[in-house]
Amino acid sequence: MTILSQFDLVSLRREFPILQQEVHGRPLAFLDSGASSQKPQRVIRALADYYERTNANVHRGVYQLSEQATLAFEQARGKVATFIGARSPREVVFTRNTTEAINLVAQAWGGANLRPGDRILLTVMEHHSNLVPWQMVAQRTGAVIDYLGIDGEGRLVLDDLDQKLQGVKIVALTQQSNVLGTITPVREIAARAHVAGALVLVDGAQSVPHMPVDVQELGIDFLAFSGHKMCGPTGIGVLWGRRAVLEVMPPFLGGGSMIRTVTLAGSTYADIPARFEAGTPAIGEAIGLGVAIDFLNDVGMARIHAHEHMLTAYALERLNAIHGLTLYGPPSADARGGAVSFTLDGVHPHDIAAILDGEGVAVRAGHHCCQPLHDLLDVSATARASFYLYNTTEEIDRLAVGLEKAHRLFA
Amino acid sequence: MTDMYRELIIEHSKYPHNAGTLEQPTVTREESNPLCGDRIKIDFAIESGIITDIRFTGRGCAISQAATSLLTDEIKGKTLDEVRALTKDDVLDLIGIPLGNNPVRLKCALLPLKAVKAGVYAYLGQQIEDEDEDEFV
Repeated sequence: MTILSQFDLVSLRREFPILQQEVHGRPLAFLDSGASSQKPQRVIRALADYYERTNANVHRGVYQLSEQATLAFEQARGKVATFIGARSPREVVFTRNTTEAINLVAQAWGGANLRPGDRILLTVMEHHSNLVPWQMVAQRTGAVIDYLGIDGEGRLVLDDLDQKLQGVKIVALTQQSNVLGTITPVREIAARAHVAGALVLVDGAQSVPHMPVDVQELGIDFLAFSGHKMCGPTGIGVLWGRRAVLEVMPPFLGGGSMIRTVTLAGSTYADIPARFEAGTPAIGEAIGLGVAIDFLNDVGMARIHAHEHMLTAYALERLNAIHGLTLYGPPSADARGGAVSFTLDGVHPHDIAAILDGEGVAVRAGHHCCQPLHDLLDVSATARASFYLYNTTEEIDRLAVGLEKAHRLFA
Repeated sequence: MTDMYRELIIEHSKYPHNAGTLEQPTVTREESNPLCGDRIKIDFAIESGIITDIRFTGRGCAISQAATSLLTDEIKGKTLDEVRALTKDDVLDLIGIPLGNNPVRLKCALLPLKAVKAGVYAYLGQQIEDEDEDEFV
């Protein structure tokens, strides 16, 4: 397996219309894919094609358009299943995004299975989307939340894992921190969680777009991720669940499509995955996600991961050399993905992002939906650069130059 | 961007005027911007309807810090009625940078105005008026 060559990168970047533009008179260096990735032309075209040629509501329609739309929608489900190593497309539930997928599990599974005193194990570096839904269901059910901590380099502390797993019904953790970039040992944690009788949900929002992820190999029970962070459209996300777990879960939202029979006296519910997909789904967006997966497969997930590893190592080296800059998360690119958060002495992250914007470099500033983690790091905010398959070392050079400029401005 | 980080802004953010606290404030008001975690706490000394002294503490970006520094300078010695009449445009004139088309940074610049007005209204025992509230939406 080779990493992306300069030549590959040039032709790959050409597939992203948005990357061709200038911002404030400079070529756009988009370093915020951790928040949302850009879309290749073929995904954009797939959306337009769907609405121009195929649009009709899915399932139950007996006319040609509806049959075509249903087929394309279900083919997209199949692509997702194959992409993550699911045993069956039936294990793939379309949601709006990662957040909705986690809420689905917290509400439907948690509501039915959590009892007062039951324990939920999270980590201190979870995104609010894998934190707040559990706090909500804990409040409703009387369950108790505990957290795995991190060490000074942003790695999970697992010394007390077995102890913390006692009485735990579900472990929910990120596979890659959106702030620290830390890649967590999901397989090991899942194995130990299962010994303790707990289910395992993985927030794959930052991992599925960036590395090969196989749910069988990880040995987990739920995986949640978003289409828009992996070259797909917004408004489409995925909950994968192990079939045996999904099959005994009650519904999440009620409405059309999720029923078997409805009478005025009551209803019975459809089989999976329809049981969890109430209402008209994001049909065009699901099809667009399928095309995004085709695109990622064409490039190759292992190559994408290798390319981002190279970029991350380069960024860590460049940023480390900047006076007054503090990096958060594992110091080696081997233990992390391409989300690099930092602060710069004397320059508020908001100002860092504004100054970089003036250089055409797009980064994010704030708490990145991880307030508890920022409290722990004892900073109110950080700036974050995050990389994807279309980014280049030249863009990281421009990031570094912009940061030096910001430092000089406030020095 | 270069427009945004004029020398005035940099100077006021690095060396803000009226930084600190008052020993016996007449009223204290804290406001925060949940988007970016900026937080500003302002102490007012008010005598006979006039703001006789003012101090602030807090953390935030250069825009919010400089705007607070400039605005506290501006309202020292002003009557409560004059402070109540201050508008968004007054603050933008003070800081002298074009933020009209940047709603996110506008919130940074207007955070101190929000705190100042809320402090004055709290002192007067009134709810902040609707048209004022709209400015901060």
